[in-house]
Amino acid sequence: MLEIRNLTCGYDSKFFLKDINFVANSKEFIGIIGPNGSGKTTLLRAITRVINPIKGEILFDGKNIRQMGYKNLAKKIAVVSQGSAVNSMTVEEFILLGRIPHFMRYQFLETGKDMEFARNCMEITSTLKLKDQLMCEISGGERQLAFVARALCQRPKLLLLDEPTSHLDIAHQVRILDLVKRLNKKEGLTVIIILHDLNLASQYCDRLLLLDNGRIYKTGFPEDVLTYQIIEEVYKTVVVIQNNPISLKPYVLLVPEEERQKRENKCKQKG
Amino acid sequence: MQNKVIRWILWVLLLGGILLGISVFSLCVGSAGIPVSEIFNLILDGKGSTGYSILIDIRLPRIILGFAIGGALSLAGVLLQGMFRNPLVEPYTLGISGGAALGVCINIVFKLNETAGIFSFPLSGFTGAVLVIFLIYSLSKKKGILKIQGLLLTGVMISFISSSLIMLIMAISRTEDIHGIVFWIMGSLEEPNWALIKLAVIIAVSGLITSYLFCFDLNALSLGEEEALHLGINTERSKRFLFITASLLTGCSVSVAGIIGFVGLIVPHFVRMFVGRDHRILLIASFLTGGAFLILCDTLARTIISPLELPVGVITGILGGSLFVYAMSKKQIVLGGNSA
Repeated sequence: MLEIRNLTCGYDSKFFLKDINFVANSKEFIGIIGPNGSGKTTLLRAITRVINPIKGEILFDGKNIRQMGYKNLAKKIAVVSQGSAVNSMTVEEFILLGRIPHFMRYQFLETGKDMEFARNCMEITSTLKLKDQLMCEISGGERQLAFVARALCQRPKLLLLDEPTSHLDIAHQVRILDLVKRLNKKEGLTVIIILHDLNLASQYCDRLLLLDNGRIYKTGFPEDVLTYQIIEEVYKTVVVIQNNPISLKPYVLLVPEEERQKRENKCKQKG
Repeated sequence: MQNKVIRWILWVLLLGGILLGISVFSLCVGSAGIPVSEIFNLILDGKGSTGYSILIDIRLPRIILGFAIGGALSLAGVLLQGMFRNPLVEPYTLGISGGAALGVCINIVFKLNETAGIFSFPLSGFTGAVLVIFLIYSLSKKKGILKIQGLLLTGVMISFISSSLIMLIMAISRTEDIHGIVFWIMGSLEEPNWALIKLAVIIAVSGLITSYLFCFDLNALSLGEEEALHLGINTERSKRFLFITASLLTGCSVSVAGIIGFVGLIVPHFVRMFVGRDHRILLIASFLTGGAFLILCDTLARTIISPLELPVGVITGILGGSLFVYAMSKKQIVLGGNSA
């Protein structure tokens, strides 16, 4: 569905992403992980045409996205971005903005169909009860659900999410990701998601893409990518990997410096 | 039909009614008061009477020009505030008025108006405005991308430069020229030339119509440029279009009526407080309110100390500012910008 070929791109003259080659198949749930500044958001921005590639190309269903037109692209790819600005629109008005790519030329009002579709999206994301509240007055978790609802309103084939769970409590983290997973399984929505939390990435994603310093370090199943050697190499942090007893997916455990030193001392004493 | 649409139609009808009411009020009052009941008779009687010529030749042109200029400036304000997502931007922030004023100053000092005739003031004002638009536009464009913040800063700087140049010109010019310059800068709706008034109306209304092609772009841009792009908006094209439309509207208004402040800043905020942030209603509502507001201010300006006339900018500032502060204290609002 999405194919990235030899992509090199960046801001101004600084190259940021180098030689990215990557294919996302239809109905996959792919997580992008990597340290801060490794180029995760840059990759997402390249896919949505916010920045232009210096080299290489990005194909969607075999067509170069540069030749697709913004409006057409927005009908296929929707984005839930990180820390978007909100203002004093009602939730419903905000979610209806997602219908913009589907408006005909010279169409000024939402049709009954648009309203129904938006209502449906609000039901799925359980934001319907919020519809008359203002975006700036609802909680962070609810706002994130509204962002997902707006993205769904675009009726995309591919959903991109940029750290949708940062700043959320665990209940909302799970709620958002469960929702996205459900959409992925039931509606066949392809999902590419940036996650900082390696454990969430491991639990939810079919496949992980680990970025380091603008290059792909490794792609593969969570159990192949999340090994302690790879994590320590990329994140320069000591971790212990175990399996989640229920899902059997890898689980990354952190080790504070104090404990590490205690361990070392013990080892030394033992000789 | 959706409730929203009904609400919008009601707003348009209400504002249209207010505009009409204020226009009739403005026709009636003045140094020679004419009761409403007589207006129709006078107009039906046709040319000849003094009453008719007061109405048609003196008051009506000002009302129509007030509608066009007020509408155009408010519309430009909505476009710019929407595009910059900044509540403090107004049509004059971008230095376009400065450019126009500089053009007119040069015209007055070099006495071009004596040779070039009646159109020379608006023409020189417009030339100044267009030159500034080009300057700001080309300075803020880097690699084909219009940098919004750069645009704003460049505009503010150009505005400072041109007002300094105006002061320089005033410092070295003759007293009678200074009078002309000050008078022009203060702005007035007195315009004897019907052709110019018609032109102003045509430009204002066509500005309104073309802005509607970009109402969704504006709605999407209120979330930020990147989000607008995600919603399938070609942001480069819409920024360019919005900037040029707002600039032309401002340039035309300034070159016809001089610098009438506050309308383009206050009216959009005021209207947003009541009708909401959706640009589909905001554009037309601001246009109508701006027109009505400027006609009202101009009527006050010419009646308060009649037969003398106050500069209309004084009234727009005092009336608009105090109305706005009052409304803001009564109604909780969030200004046009964003709260991230």
